[in-house]
Amino acid sequence: MSPSAIEIVDAAKVYGYGASAARALGGVSLGIRTGEFFTLLGPSGCGKTTLLRLIAGFEMPTEGTIHIGGKDMTAVPPNKRPVNTVFQSYALFPHLTARENIAFGLQMLGRPRDEVASEVEKMIALVKLEEMADRRPGQLSGGQQQRVALARALAPAPQVLLLDEPLSALDLKLRKEMQLELKRLQTETGITFVFVTHDQEEALTMSDRIGVMSGGRLLQVGAPREIYNRPVDRFVADFIGETNFIPAEARGDLVRVAGVDLSLPGAGNGPVTLAARPEQVRIGSNGPLPATLTRTVYFGTDTHCHMTLSDGTEIVARLQSPPSGDIGLRDGQGVRIDFAPGALQILEGA
Amino acid sequence: MRGRRFDITALPGFSAIAIGVFVVLYAPIVTIVVYSFNASNSVAVWGGFSFRWYEIAWENTQVQDATIRSLVVAVSAALISTTLATMAALGTTRRGRFKGQTFIYVMINQPLMVPEIVTAVALLIFFATIKVATGYQGLGYLILAHSAFCIPFAYLPIRARLEGMDLTLEIAAADLYATPWQTFRRVTLPLMAPGVAAGAMLAFVISLDDVIITEFVKSAGQDTLPTYMLGQLRRAVTPEVNAISTALLVLTVMLLTAFFLLTRRRD
Ligand SMILES: Nc1ncnc2c1ncn2[C@@H]1O[C@H](COP(=O)(O)OP(=O)(O)O)[C@@H](O)[C@H]1O
Ligand SMILES: [Mg+2]
Repeated sequence: MSPSAIEIVDAAKVYGYGASAARALGGVSLGIRTGEFFTLLGPSGCGKTTLLRLIAGFEMPTEGTIHIGGKDMTAVPPNKRPVNTVFQSYALFPHLTARENIAFGLQMLGRPRDEVASEVEKMIALVKLEEMADRRPGQLSGGQQQRVALARALAPAPQVLLLDEPLSALDLKLRKEMQLELKRLQTETGITFVFVTHDQEEALTMSDRIGVMSGGRLLQVGAPREIYNRPVDRFVADFIGETNFIPAEARGDLVRVAGVDLSLPGAGNGPVTLAARPEQVRIGSNGPLPATLTRTVYFGTDTHCHMTLSDGTEIVARLQSPPSGDIGLRDGQGVRIDFAPGALQILEGA
Repeated sequence: MRGRRFDITALPGFSAIAIGVFVVLYAPIVTIVVYSFNASNSVAVWGGFSFRWYEIAWENTQVQDATIRSLVVAVSAALISTTLATMAALGTTRRGRFKGQTFIYVMINQPLMVPEIVTAVALLIFFATIKVATGYQGLGYLILAHSAFCIPFAYLPIRARLEGMDLTLEIAAADLYATPWQTFRRVTLPLMAPGVAAGAMLAFVISLDDVIITEFVKSAGQDTLPTYMLGQLRRAVTPEVNAISTALLVLTVMLLTAFFLLTRRRD
């Protein structure tokens, strides 16, 4: 087994020519490991689908190369790549039944009839579609169509499965179910998944690794914990969950925030921006940083406390709501802030 | 609250106008159908029910020849125009939007916009030159002319069908290891088939019904059913024409019903 399922080097994609040319992807390099659940995360229009289309072979990169399973596939047509796609719109063949849809890939590969039949039955069982197998896509619900699309793409046992926002059309409850389902399928089949989403929570809960994209570039690649706790820049920090951005002055192992020195080993020198997650901000009577509580918002499990520092910086703390539901703080009250150890991050390029 | 929205059926005289329009549309057709069963020799006086004029028309060798010629021309024109229209529709709809698309649509639909008499005169002169040069006098000219003006009628339902088909379907087929030919054979063709059938039927009906271009292009002794009927009417109006008209009407209504069933969206 090669360690790299996909190796993308300096891939760029420009759509159109001349004056109407648009750069959708600008020099992305990325290695995806065999058997991992890799997620491409980024806002709409950042180039996620374009990158997926380059891997599937629906588009040719304007620059760069793409290796799949160790072979150069940059110019290989999609029907000759060991890669299958679950499309955002599902793209099920409307004139074929669920069973015939699932069989399509195996038939095109020229597998013997009985092998196709038994593989298809396995797939139908895997996605729990036994009762619906002889229906056409038009007679299936959104969630059922989703399962057919998944089974159809998994049936030929591709080296890599590409999934383009496959859950975005489902309602919240079904989406949660399908998230678990996808994770289960990935574990059971051992196939490398490249999953596209713009939902950061989905990315964090499902992935082995995440690649965060913006404006046709890959900003950071790492495990969910790494991306969440060590975002490389303001965009990543802001896109993955809520974050407080705090202007500060670094001096050696200290950072000065609103006139107060806080310890932060290796902070360096000069003006910096600090990032701190709301759940790692604490409110107590003996914290180092004085602030004024401006507003509390009750969210059920959490209560969000909005505060202002003496220099006007706004900070949000997320506290767990106590059983009474009342955290015992009043708007306008003076409080003192403390940060959990390791909570303060210095952002690059601030 | 009722009566707030504009409701055309609430306007005074709506029912009267609607009934008037239907009478004008259908009274002549009903008359021709009824009088085709007239036993009398007159087109205006009812002489009792009979199939007499159908029998006379059926045994008339000129009618037989014209019918066969009409069918040969209509079937050929339908096949040729549908084949070309299918290729044109695939080219204009299956690869996303492109530069000059609207211009191409206009070019393909040209026969719908140019007055038929202009096309007829142009073809007359054009084919006359070829006839002189080659000496060929056969049905080919009629078939070619009919094929040309049938193209937009075949093209429009096929294009409508293809435009309703997700472009991702062919991409999905390629993703599932289908070659371009397999993709066409297994995905595009079966999905577009009802549109192709509808286009062929419409082209057939349009060709069957044509008078003006046929009248100008046909050589001597190449009457189709409509031009034969026109020739008859110039001499004397006989109820035989009523019978032929009714038969044509029945055939056309059947084909157009099939056309609407095919183009109706089910899924
Ligand atoms: N076929 C295309 N032609 C021209 N521009 C395109 C095409 N596909 C995508 N784009 C543009 O490329 C950029 C990236 O698009 P896409 O990869 O679809 O983003 P995402 O999937 O992250 O929403 C967008 O600005 C989009 O408008
Ligand atoms: Mg997309």
